[in-house]
Amino acid sequence: MDTTAQRKVETQPSLRSGPAASASPRLTLSGISKSFPGVRALHNVSLSLYPGQVTALIGENGAGKSTLVKIMTGIYQPDSGEIGIDGEVTTLPSAHAAFGHGITAIHQETVLFDDLSVAENIFLGHAPRTRFGTIDWRTMRKNAREVLETMRAGHIDADARLKDLGIANKHLVAVARAMSIDARIVIMDEPTAALSMKEIEELFLLIEFLKNEGKAVLFISHKFDEIYRIADRYTVFRDGEMVGEGLLKDTGQNAIVRMMVGRNVDHIFPQREPKIGAPVLSVSGLSHPTEFDDIGFELRKGEILGFYGLVGAGRSEVMQAIAGITRTSRGTISLDGRMIAPRSAADSIEAGIVYVPEERGKQGVVIGLPIFQNVSLPSLARTSKSGVLRLVEEFSLARSYTERLDLRASSLSQDVGTLSGGNQQKVVIAKWLATTPKVIILDEPTKGIDIGSKAAVHGFMAELVAQGLSVIMVSSELPEILGMSDRVVVMREGRIAATYDNKGLDAETLVRTAAGIVA
Amino acid sequence: MTDTPAPRHIPDRLDKPLSSAIFSWEALLVVIASAIFIVNSFASPYFLDPWSLSDLTFNFTEKGLIALAMALLIISGEIDLSVAAIVALASTMMGMAVQAGAGTPLLALIGIVVGLGCGAFNGLLVTRLGLPSIVVTIGTMSLFRGIAFIILGDQAYKGYPESFAFFGQGYVWWVFSFELALFLGAALIYWFVLHRTSFGRRVFAIGNNPVACQFSGVRVDRIKFILFCLTGLMSGIASVLITSRLGSTRPSIAQGYELEAITMVVLGGVSILGGAGSILGVVLAAFIMGLVTFGLGLLNVPGIVMSIFIGLLLIIVIALPIVWRRLREGRFA
Repeated sequence: MDTTAQRKVETQPSLRSGPAASASPRLTLSGISKSFPGVRALHNVSLSLYPGQVTALIGENGAGKSTLVKIMTGIYQPDSGEIGIDGEVTTLPSAHAAFGHGITAIHQETVLFDDLSVAENIFLGHAPRTRFGTIDWRTMRKNAREVLETMRAGHIDADARLKDLGIANKHLVAVARAMSIDARIVIMDEPTAALSMKEIEELFLLIEFLKNEGKAVLFISHKFDEIYRIADRYTVFRDGEMVGEGLLKDTGQNAIVRMMVGRNVDHIFPQREPKIGAPVLSVSGLSHPTEFDDIGFELRKGEILGFYGLVGAGRSEVMQAIAGITRTSRGTISLDGRMIAPRSAADSIEAGIVYVPEERGKQGVVIGLPIFQNVSLPSLARTSKSGVLRLVEEFSLARSYTERLDLRASSLSQDVGTLSGGNQQKVVIAKWLATTPKVIILDEPTKGIDIGSKAAVHGFMAELVAQGLSVIMVSSELPEILGMSDRVVVMREGRIAATYDNKGLDAETLVRTAAGIVA
Repeated sequence: MTDTPAPRHIPDRLDKPLSSAIFSWEALLVVIASAIFIVNSFASPYFLDPWSLSDLTFNFTEKGLIALAMALLIISGEIDLSVAAIVALASTMMGMAVQAGAGTPLLALIGIVVGLGCGAFNGLLVTRLGLPSIVVTIGTMSLFRGIAFIILGDQAYKGYPESFAFFGQGYVWWVFSFELALFLGAALIYWFVLHRTSFGRRVFAIGNNPVACQFSGVRVDRIKFILFCLTGLMSGIASVLITSRLGSTRPSIAQGYELEAITMVVLGGVSILGGAGSILGVVLAAFIMGLVTFGLGLLNVPGIVMSIFIGLLLIIVIALPIVWRRLREGRFA
């Protein structure tokens, strides 16, 4: 066991060149695989982190980055593969074990304690003790101040409540915590997502500091300018596999985009001949105080309009505003030439716009109710008579839509919670279609569902538009966007960055537009 | 996902209605009620007399009326702890009206309207301000009863008109009291509303997943507001009955009723987490509570011990399903 690990470490190809050619990796993951029921999250991936270097982990949403972070921090156990630290094969059976090896993760939203002081946050779990076993507050404060000093963050008061600090200073405290446990491997999972430009600069200074201290840093970000600014190495994941790694100074942005996108051949999209008619839905100047600004687009009869963008680009928020769930500050929505101002989902459904939410479990299905009651929920006014339920009507409504979607269930009275994710999604889509809408907005309609269910959903979408319905499909999956859409709207940071006709459109263009890279 | 071959036709239901009825919580409650009934009939020679059985029903009809509305509220994922205080405030207002010379119909109307108003107040605080109902109604519990105490101090209102006594002391036929008839009639209405109307369906759906309901176009806040109003209304009706039965109002009237009403609801099989339950179960639980307290009364068990009993019963019926599930999971893990 030990010898194979040693050999693997020695034959790391990336050791042949680079700024720290003499250094050996501090952490090596090799041949890691991890599956969840119905999903293969990681397949035979490798990753190496070097002391004093920042490695960027790059990949689309769902490429397996978070799963890998959870394996590195001991939260998940890999199904197969080896973890080596300083060349020794080891396991990380728990978060505590990872902590013991000096692995620490700093997340998008810091997992610190708002109501504790800065010093307490830094030393939680390893506070200095007096000889009576109680916490030695004086030493703890002193040590906290020392750690903050060495990070050039002496402006942070060790006695301040964490909640009184800004997000950037909270990151500093998180890093101070990493320093105090003598962390040797620091994982930063999209740390800049919630930061302003100035705060990002401060964070970068901090990462430089960690590099100089000889820490091995894993930096996860969607933003290419940041990656090129701070990282030395890169590793690219796609669909749970490692598709490339190397030194950033030798690799251009376009090459990395190509690796991220790759080719996907295992899924065939339905062939259809779009019959596109007059505009059905037109949105103009739609704005929200914080989430999106000046959104304008048109959806035509029989059209599938794809919405692509990075997570946080504001796509779901726009759709929820159109569906009456979130309020807007400005702008107009008109359906069939008539202005509508939905104040609730009930208003939108009545007008003929339905929104199939992304968060299936939280916003889509009502677990605890049987399938047929889930399907009839938004259509109860139609299936009941003067407020009295008519079960026969409900069953026939539920049957006609779930059977069209090829739902796999033993009976319509089965609790929807007993179905697989893909079949739950079919119930959710059936529920919305049963309201006979004019416009259906699907938010990540195939996220986290198996290939078979994906194909059923795609096939059904093609059927819907053929019948004259109009579809908006929000998706972060490039093959789906390219395979299904007639036109594609790309959003970036709350605004529409570009709208493309899906004729000869390629994935790289979309990724570049979404990330704001000038070709 | 189980890989069964694609069933083109999905049946409506698979389970046999009879077998699911036999193993239901309601069936268990029938067994428990029968057992207590038999034990009681051996424990006291007076128990089987029709008039003592009739007296027994007064032990649960007033709380039971509140429990019917409370059941819907708990199924929707909310709770109202202020119901007993609403009873006290409504009773106090009726007492004031008596001093001013109000007649029986006006008194009953005042009791009902005050109850409805208090319920609407709770409902507005919960739905408009988005506060958790447990906090709101703990607050209004003190508020409503506090008002009753300020008005009454250690005094009592008496002098209710003779015709007013019918609500709490009258009989519609032989040993069947007006209270019992009202309770059974209300139970029938609540059963219909909860189990046979689209309103009831939405109540269940909200209790299981309020966010998905909102996304599905269910007007969640409006339904919750109506449920708080109904609970207030039933508390107002219960106040008329109690005040009529006692013939007087003290600020401590109906003390502890909220716990007994909630115990009935939970014993009746309504999930304290919301989303599941039945009116039949609540009615059966009301009978069981009446049987138990009446039986203990026949055995000369003092009131303090009874409140200990109610407390224990509440803990047991809430804990039982949870412990049961853990035990089963432990075995299969």
